[in-house]
Amino acid sequence: MTALDVPVAAVPTATSPTARRRRSRRRAIRPGVALAAVFLVLLVVAALVPEWLAPQDPLALSPDGAFLPPGPGHLLGTDQTGRDVLSRIIHGARPTLILGLGATALAVTGGTLLGLLAGIGGRFVEGTLMRLVDVALAVPDLLLALVVITLVGTGTSNVLFAVAFASVPYYARIVRAQVHVVRRATYVEAATTLGLSRSAVIARHVLPNALKPLVVLATIRIGDAIANGASLSFLGLGTPPPAAEWGSMLSTGIQYISNDWFMLAVPGLAITLTVLAVTVVGRDLRRRSEGRAS
Amino acid sequence: MAARAERARAQVRRIGARVLAGVGVLWGAATLSFLALHATAGDAALATVAGDGANPTQAVLERVRQDYGLDLPLHRQYLNYLGNLLTGDLGESYQQRISVTRAIGEQLGPTVALALSAALLALVLAVTVAVFTAGRRRWVRSTASGVEVVIASFPTFVLGLLLLIVFSFRTGWFPVSGNDGFSALVLPAVTLALPIAAVLGQVLRAELEDVLEQPFILTARTRGMRDTAVRVRHALRHALIQIVTMSGYMIGTLLGGAVITETLFVRRGVGQLMLTAVTTKDIPLVLGVVLFAAAVYVVVNLVVDIVYGLVDPRVVTA
Repeated sequence: MTALDVPVAAVPTATSPTARRRRSRRRAIRPGVALAAVFLVLLVVAALVPEWLAPQDPLALSPDGAFLPPGPGHLLGTDQTGRDVLSRIIHGARPTLILGLGATALAVTGGTLLGLLAGIGGRFVEGTLMRLVDVALAVPDLLLALVVITLVGTGTSNVLFAVAFASVPYYARIVRAQVHVVRRATYVEAATTLGLSRSAVIARHVLPNALKPLVVLATIRIGDAIANGASLSFLGLGTPPPAAEWGSMLSTGIQYISNDWFMLAVPGLAITLTVLAVTVVGRDLRRRSEGRAS
Repeated sequence: MAARAERARAQVRRIGARVLAGVGVLWGAATLSFLALHATAGDAALATVAGDGANPTQAVLERVRQDYGLDLPLHRQYLNYLGNLLTGDLGESYQQRISVTRAIGEQLGPTVALALSAALLALVLAVTVAVFTAGRRRWVRSTASGVEVVIASFPTFVLGLLLLIVFSFRTGWFPVSGNDGFSALVLPAVTLALPIAAVLGQVLRAELEDVLEQPFILTARTRGMRDTAVRVRHALRHALIQIVTMSGYMIGTLLGGAVITETLFVRRGVGQLMLTAVTTKDIPLVLGVVLFAAAVYVVVNLVVDIVYGLVDPRVVTA
């Protein structure tokens, strides 16, 4: 019987104040989302001005010695050459965020261009581009990124490019589908009837509306970009040591796994918490945007 | 009778179209791979002759170019390349001096064992958790989905490292690395399986909850069927069909994850081979592994697609 009365209660009477209040209460910020947001804010501060948070120089060798356990002088201990792990983690926020945001921005830009081209181009352009996208989607992201690394070489910026390249097809497909939906929308037809030029219709109506759902999806995928970049870094293809970068801290630390596991757990958890925080905030955004759309 | 023949014809048409699309993807992948090889082949002859630091004479270079068909016009090289692929010849590795096909073949066994056991484990975990948590009280569901979100956020190598620290270095239950026997397979397989299980579990629970609302579930319940039986015998069957569509995601994660897992646990396999090829810039080997991965993806998806259509006739008409 509950199955019957649930939909009735859920039908919103758009003007009723109680319904609105109920919806706003449902939109209240969940504690998990708040926690994730606070973590991300801390991360951004650490990326912008690491000196404010980091107790020490991330590259300075500490006189206290190597492999120190967490203690008052070094809250997260020291690494194999006596550098302060906490300071290195804080300084590692910047490359991580640059990678996540940079790779996602690059991929969204590339994907949008391709998707737009396929969506508004002729049948031949669309056919060719989308077959290429199909080919790229048949190869796992990481392998695609590895091919790019093989061709362009290792290093921080190449890893960013490789991660971006691997997710271009994903965005291209979404943008193209979205362009097809928007193109048939009444407002586009109206704009065309009003005599707007093709490029004006695309720039003013098709593009903005096709991109809207992309923003939320891209937010969630920032986490994937960070994880993929860290994986490549861990495989020894990214930033070389001794830079304070989480992936390369892990790939160095693994040599000492049997005598100092804590040194590994810290950057590992930093990466995971970052991905988790981005995912949680991104999902919350998606939930909200879906609510608005319906 | 006519209707059945009509349906069979639709079925064949659908399968034919899928096969064509799959062949198209592989052809595209082969073409791109050829272009990449060609664009980087400037010193391919050099690399083949002796690797870095070699200083072969012009005559030797010419011979090598001729041997590998590098002196032919581009379209001939392309056709030769495609022809070789059709016979299973992926070319020659620059570094290992053996055919790429053989290099992959030698490493395939351990990777297949790893991927299959991880896939199986992921499915079992996801199904078990979903069946027991779908449509339960709020806190059960939110705990399960919270744990799944956290696990799905772990990059493969971090998860593997944590498992290594806890189960190898702290407790000594499993070996740290290697290929020997079942116990060496456990940690890598769990590492690979957990994130997949988390994602599958989320999809499966949502699907199960949808199915549990259906009238036929109510009918089964009114007949006096036990809750667990309803979930397993009726709901799960429908929800599993949905899981089949996730096969593409699973293959991608398994193959990509194999590179990480095999490196982390120092296991032999195609993933290791790929990483070695990347670090030594062995382009034919890298592209060979990628083509192989694409072929696996296409074939598995094709099989899944065909089976899906046979199990669920609605797909054909849709």
